[in-house]
Amino acid sequence: MEETKLTNLKAGQTAVVKEIRGGEGVSHRLSSLGIRPGKEITHVSSHFWRGPVTVRIGRAKVAIGYGMAQKIVVEVK
Amino acid sequence: MTESRKKILLIGNPNVGKSAIFSRLTGARVTISNYPGTTVGFSQGFMKLGAESAGTVIDVPGVYNLQPLCRADDVACNMVTDGDIIVNVIDATNLERNLFLTLELREKNIPMVVVLNMWDETRHKGIEIDLEKLEEELGVPVVSTCGITGVGIKELIEKIRMVKGKEFPVTDRDKKWEEIGRISQTAQVLHYHHHTFLERVEDISTNPVWGLPIAALVVVLSFNVIRFIGEGLIGYVCDPFFEKLWLPVMEKLSSFLSPGSLLHDVIVGKLIDGQIDFFASFGLLTTGIYVPFAAVLPYMISFYLVLGFMEDSGYLPRLATQVDNLMHHLGLHGYAIVPMILGLGCNVPGAMALRLLENRREKFIAATLMAVCVPCMAQIAMIVGLVGERGGGYVALIFGILFLLLIVKGTLMNRLMKGNSPEILWEIPPYRMPQFQAVLKKLWMRISGFLTEAVPFVLLGVLIVNFMYMLGIVAYLSRLFAPLLSGLWGLPSETISAMIMGFLRKDVAVGMLAPLDLTTKQLVIACTILAIYFPCIATFIVMVRELGIRDMLRSAVIMIFTAVSVGAILNILL
Ligand SMILES: Nc1nc2c(ncn2[C@@H]2O[C@H](COP(=O)(O)OP(=O)(O)OP(=O)(O)O)[C@@H](O)[C@H]2O)c(=O)[nH]1
Ligand SMILES: [Mg+2]
Repeated sequence: MEETKLTNLKAGQTAVVKEIRGGEGVSHRLSSLGIRPGKEITHVSSHFWRGPVTVRIGRAKVAIGYGMAQKIVVEVK
Repeated sequence: MTESRKKILLIGNPNVGKSAIFSRLTGARVTISNYPGTTVGFSQGFMKLGAESAGTVIDVPGVYNLQPLCRADDVACNMVTDGDIIVNVIDATNLERNLFLTLELREKNIPMVVVLNMWDETRHKGIEIDLEKLEEELGVPVVSTCGITGVGIKELIEKIRMVKGKEFPVTDRDKKWEEIGRISQTAQVLHYHHHTFLERVEDISTNPVWGLPIAALVVVLSFNVIRFIGEGLIGYVCDPFFEKLWLPVMEKLSSFLSPGSLLHDVIVGKLIDGQIDFFASFGLLTTGIYVPFAAVLPYMISFYLVLGFMEDSGYLPRLATQVDNLMHHLGLHGYAIVPMILGLGCNVPGAMALRLLENRREKFIAATLMAVCVPCMAQIAMIVGLVGERGGGYVALIFGILFLLLIVKGTLMNRLMKGNSPEILWEIPPYRMPQFQAVLKKLWMRISGFLTEAVPFVLLGVLIVNFMYMLGIVAYLSRLFAPLLSGLWGLPSETISAMIMGFLRKDVAVGMLAPLDLTTKQLVIACTILAIYFPCIATFIVMVRELGIRDMLRSAVIMIFTAVSVGAILNILL
């Protein structure tokens, strides 16, 4: 068990969302897209130069800006 | 009309197929595309509820929860609480996430039917949902549908007719997620699923290494296909028709009306070296018909055909993530390319799609960039037609200037305006195979929109031009604006007439340059200025609505300032 930021995951790696380090607004926006504590999240791909991170959550895919993705703390098994 | 007409609201997450269901229920035509945020306004249609009664169906823009509807816009919020029946459309392949909105809606105590759309996709994704159990857990009727084929729509109509109101207690967010967890555990089984072909394509096109080259390839390919079809239609269909069939008729009409008479000038136009010239004559039946049908329509068709495939495949959101980085330098995020691309077809729907952007700063930047640097297809087609005669390089020069402006202005606004570009947070839908018929239907919808809404204004424009010349208005304005036009931009002062027409129709405005005997340099400068100085009136109105009058005026100042300086710089450099 190891805690890290979503942006540190490698492509294809799966982890569990631990917490959202951001205001109520950010966590609400993320949660309505299905990204909330306790959910499994898979890092699909990321872009160079702090580009957006694409993740799979459930059967859906979401692109998250780098800054926002840094606020998502995950737990790797 | 009856007072008993019930208001039926189609509400659901973005891209779940609300508009597809809407057009199935009402028969009305609306845009259906495979990206979240296709529908930005409310569309209305009617459906029969019983022998006597009918209902008004409203296609509501997609939302993940009720907050944006209720914060952004009181009208939208009231809409929800005012509805008589809610049809909550759900993407069956994403049950859990979709249910949050369902539980929020349920608390409004309005009769509600839940629609599990995309039912056809559940099987190959290994998703099994027990409808009866779901119905039991939710306490509201549930139907499964496929918006594309129409399977399940009959049953949906039946359920809408029968639905009754029920009371549900109000709970907080955590309680809702708890309940959703329970519901999906009992009503849904997820199996392992194999990668399909489209999912493999997916992996390549979002790959950090291959993604960008693929994006470049898609853009270049689209551009060439648009050009190929557009030129083909003009060269093999439109021009032969006008040269071989229409011209002889016009020549007969011309001698019948006797050249030089008032009627001749309005209907056939001026003869250029004793000949009818479809670009330069400016009669209602010559230029007025030729511009929309032979110069613009072919490119409209080819552009919207290609756009339709792009929209329906689901590539646009991927393109958005690929360019996100670059767009941040312009003060925007990647998804802002969606309004820009729509704007290439026509700035009006482009401006409406500005609503997809999060904050005021981003909207302002995007609107200003669109108005200045994104010419619409009607204008592009005319530039290609008119400037192309002098050499393809000059066409490329104009678009190169516009692209450079996009980068420079975006960077400047981003640096000078307070605040930062917001982060992208957008769902990426699965790739779907575009259905040829659906693409054609959408193409026809857009083309008929052009024919009924734009063509009358083209004719009106040509008429106005004739009167502006006859009444001496052009001569008067030419004298007035001569310092700016000839002094600064090196253009003959008569071009003022085109600048004025640009407020109404940009295609007619570009066409007005044809009879003026401009040098190539002047033509390039005039076309560039026409593209950047101001949006057409229809776009302007939408932009005022989206930005507010104050921001729009600020934006207009930037546009005019840009046009004046760019024109002057080009005049010196070229
Ligand atoms: N496979 C499948 N695709 C569907 C179904 N219903 C709609 N689609 C496709 O899903 C995409 C989205 O459909 P829309 O009707 O535009 O979705 P919407 O909910 O109106 O989307 P927004 O207006 O963006 O909120 C389109 O590409 C449709 O062709 C369905 O039942 N099955
Ligand atoms: Mg829609």
